[in-house]
Amino acid sequence: MTMPQAAAGLQQEREAALIAAILAGDREKFHDLIRPYERQVYLTALTLVKNETEAEDVAQEAILRAYRKLAGFRGDAKFSTWLIAITLNEARSRLREEKRAIVDSLDDHDAQEGDYTPAALTDWREVPSEVLERQEIRALMQQAVAELPDTFRQVVILRDMEELSVNETAEALGISVALVKVRLHRARLLLQKRLVPLLRIGWKAKPKSGMLRRLPWF
Amino acid sequence: MVLNCRHVWDRISDYIDGSLDPSVRADVEQHLAHCEICSAVLDSTRNIIILMADDRVFELPVDFSQRLHACLDLVLATESPDPV
Ligand SMILES: [Zn+2]
Repeated sequence: MTMPQAAAGLQQEREAALIAAILAGDREKFHDLIRPYERQVYLTALTLVKNETEAEDVAQEAILRAYRKLAGFRGDAKFSTWLIAITLNEARSRLREEKRAIVDSLDDHDAQEGDYTPAALTDWREVPSEVLERQEIRALMQQAVAELPDTFRQVVILRDMEELSVNETAEALGISVALVKVRLHRARLLLQKRLVPLLRIGWKAKPKSGMLRRLPWF
Repeated sequence: MVLNCRHVWDRISDYIDGSLDPSVRADVEQHLAHCEICSAVLDSTRNIIILMADDRVFELPVDFSQRLHACLDLVLATESPDPV
């Protein structure tokens, strides 16, 4: 979740001090600077390359690039946003090199009317965190995310998995806040529709309505 | 304004994010109070978002961090950051 403002301010100060030290020659401190963001960088890479080994390569390259370009970081942006932008660039250039062209417009369903009818499992209850103890549930979720159109997947990973704000997501992807919101909404409903019928854990059937009730207009 | 179910679905994401105008929010809540289907859709969408944020869904590859820092050690030992 979003950090309280005071904590975020402290973190920014701590990072500014680390960056100053690194640029002044205390290079070892880069380990400390980068450690909180390893996961974020990896997941960001994974949103584009969709392959674990390649995502790790991209993450490593992006972090090395961030080190080399560190003097170019401006303190008015958040370090994490800057780092994610570098990671996305690194992943994109990797895809270009491989001639696995990703043409956003081909993949962009934003202008079209989609099918947003959600799945209605009326007896859904809170999903306990223990649900994720089950490997098959994690696999289902990974697959559902992997199958999202690229532009939706990027938004949902940055916003809902890495928990960037809508503004930070827009900044990292270089798109408008309005577009982030549209894609996020559609991605979430697609995931809901796909996953809810599969994640029937934690519900209790009510005698009168049965387990799964279809919407009347299906 | 009286909302139908589809209106509510269109606003579910903003509702969860707390970014609806207060008056729209009130309309949505009024609908949710008596619509079992939309309440279920809301709960399930919210649950999926909560699960997505769990680190266990996408785990880092084993020893990712060790490999990364080993690679960094090599570079930090030999290179300074580029001058501006
Ligand atoms: Zn309804």
